[in-house]
Amino acid sequence: MFTDFIEKLQPKSVAGRRILKISGYVALLIFILQLPNFAFTKDTSGPLPLFTIVLCAVYALFALGLNIVVGFAGLLDLGYVAFFLFGAYTAAWLMSDFGYQISERAGASRHQFSFDVHFMSAAADTLKGVHLSFWLVVIIAALVAALAGIAIGAPTLRLKSDYLALVTLGFGEILPEVFRNFGDVGGFNLTNGTKGIGPVDRVDMGLLSRLPKLPLVGKIPANIVSSDYKTKFYVIIVFCALFVYSSLKLRDGRLGRAWMAIREDELAASLMGVPLMRTKLWAYAVGAIAGGVGGAFYATIVGTINVDTFIFAFSIIILCAVILGGMGNVWGAIAGGVVITWFDQTGLVWLSTKFNSAAGTNFDFKSYQFGLFGLVLVLMMLFRPQGLIPATRSRQVKKADKQVLEHDHLGYGLEIGIDPPDHRPRGLPDEFETRRP
Amino acid sequence: MATAEDSAPPLEEQDDERTIPVRQTTSAGYGATKWKLESIIGMIVLAAFSAWIVASFVKGPRAFIQVLVIGLSNGALYALIALGYTMVYGIIELINFAHGDLFMLGSVIGAISLEQWLGQKSSSPTAWVWLAVTLLFAMAACALINIVIEKLAYRRLRNAPKLAPLITAVGVSFILQNIGIKLNGSAPHSRFSVLPRGALHIGPIEVRIKYIVVVAITAPLLLLMTYIVQKTRTGKAMRATAQDRDASLLMGINVDRIISYVFGLGGALAGAAGVLYVQVNETTRYDAGFRLGLIAFTAAVLGGVGNLLGAVIGGVLIGVIQSLNDGAPLFLGQEWTQTVMFSILIVMVIFRPGGIFGKHQQEKV
Repeated sequence: MFTDFIEKLQPKSVAGRRILKISGYVALLIFILQLPNFAFTKDTSGPLPLFTIVLCAVYALFALGLNIVVGFAGLLDLGYVAFFLFGAYTAAWLMSDFGYQISERAGASRHQFSFDVHFMSAAADTLKGVHLSFWLVVIIAALVAALAGIAIGAPTLRLKSDYLALVTLGFGEILPEVFRNFGDVGGFNLTNGTKGIGPVDRVDMGLLSRLPKLPLVGKIPANIVSSDYKTKFYVIIVFCALFVYSSLKLRDGRLGRAWMAIREDELAASLMGVPLMRTKLWAYAVGAIAGGVGGAFYATIVGTINVDTFIFAFSIIILCAVILGGMGNVWGAIAGGVVITWFDQTGLVWLSTKFNSAAGTNFDFKSYQFGLFGLVLVLMMLFRPQGLIPATRSRQVKKADKQVLEHDHLGYGLEIGIDPPDHRPRGLPDEFETRRP
Repeated sequence: MATAEDSAPPLEEQDDERTIPVRQTTSAGYGATKWKLESIIGMIVLAAFSAWIVASFVKGPRAFIQVLVIGLSNGALYALIALGYTMVYGIIELINFAHGDLFMLGSVIGAISLEQWLGQKSSSPTAWVWLAVTLLFAMAACALINIVIEKLAYRRLRNAPKLAPLITAVGVSFILQNIGIKLNGSAPHSRFSVLPRGALHIGPIEVRIKYIVVVAITAPLLLLMTYIVQKTRTGKAMRATAQDRDASLLMGINVDRIISYVFGLGGALAGAAGVLYVQVNETTRYDAGFRLGLIAFTAAVLGGVGNLLGAVIGGVLIGVIQSLNDGAPLFLGQEWTQTVMFSILIVMVIFRPGGIFGKHQQEKV
């Protein structure tokens, strides 16, 4: 099929493949740097405004994170929104004047708390509250999310896979409610309840703004104003690139192989000496880091954090992205994240205006988005469980498996005179191996 | 509670080859002390909870009992939904995430057919007859929808790795929600109830008639369910399939048909719960199924997944806990309902995945 065709096109020699790979990366880099300069990205009513591209990149980062949990380690997490929430609230706490409001509701008679901390922030020194540098906040958000991942994972990861899905879902539902209700805890306002926290400070670019004018990129500003999606895009692309790199390194390393061993067969993995709990916790923690980083960055893009953003549908959109792209494939997760987010943010609305102006109807694609995502999940599971871009390893496994099956068929049918039972699971291709005699 | 069971499993448990009465931890000695400790902590939690309930009762006995009645009625609805979860889990080991949304569809179908097609908006004897018709119609519709879902989505994945049907169920849940949005609108839709509005006064306590009606309709349904599962030939086949699908197949049971039947029964119960829910709460919303479904699943877990009687008891228990939390004095209040419910779910799943009566089971290898 298509993948075979691609394989045929690739050069045979090692050097040739390497040259192809490097030139591919260079072309990708130039394309990404050039992307905000294209005219279509400036058209806010067009199909691909820069704002949507930035959100696509943020969601691609989330998909990368969830891909580690679901794709690499095979743990179904339906509460990924929890890490997004922790990341976003960490940024909102540490990068806004909210520190000043904590005891506002308690009234003047009580002791007034006020945190006024400034550290390399883009915010003016006269502002009250905690204002840290975005880059420090990102690290803190990553740590907070990783700790949250471990805290959620530690009691739950020994559960069966379906119960694990349920419990993560439960956490994903509990946390927003807790954050909503913590607007008033014994008179203290910890989360500002339904009103949300804002405005979140701008991202400070620090020493990077001292650089001379770069080709394609242009001059980097001292801090990113809210309408400067170009610089926001470059920042999130850097995060994505870092996470792609670490995903690939982790996948091929000891930890990644342990994750895949657990995904294929937990019992066999534990017999081979893979420490189950520790390995799974690492998957959770690493996956959560992407959620935390993405959440913190998201807070700076939208400027105000509201608890209504953190709904179950978010977890499903990300899951949809991972499954559409191909579980366990880093590039697939990115592609899935971009495609799904585009449909979610702009695509459906744009398509319906196009469709309606062409056909003269009044049809709203956007109102079918839940069904669409649901349909993507169901159809992918039924007809292409390996995703649109299957992981390279599963491609090889599939090839080998086909050979074994053909061999099986020959002998089996002749001897007993009945059709061979097709025990081959219809689901995830990577688990095909388990039935090999 | 758990200590006696764990240290000396009764004989009949050992006969059952499929449940291995082993502790989950590798080291037996460590496991024993751990379970003792867990059961002691469990006792303490239970004692604290009982003390809390007693304190709440003492603070406001009248409010407490009224809330309790609401809880029983809610619990009856949860039991109906929980049965669908528990039967499906019992037979194909799938957490059917779409089941709650099926309940939501049942409520929307019931409300639309009663109000818009039959035009019944107020309480009268004719309206009650039409309500009965609507109930049957919604049950049939939901049973059909559930059978179709199983046939189209879950059947092909029966031998797939566990992740695949779970993800499919989540997908189906979203599709059903979208149908709910299309039928009901994305905002909550207020509906008319045709049940009598009055209340019975038993001493100082006021019991609304609608709650009595709910219990009066639910109880026969549950009895019918028990009869079908325990006494009929199909019920026997269902139990056999739940125990061992391959062996049932060899015994000549049409497993596909039995699984369809189970989905149909579960769907019918969800439809009934949906119609009754609208009559009590007078509102339909497309996202009701997701949350109530999860709460109902909590009920199923509380009673032990796969255990029919357990689901009913768990449902009633969860209904009572929820309404106590919502309305009784000294409890957290409505804004914490989800947190309380899901905390129960998480605690149960982690510490007693077999339910409050269930034994601690090891996963089959």
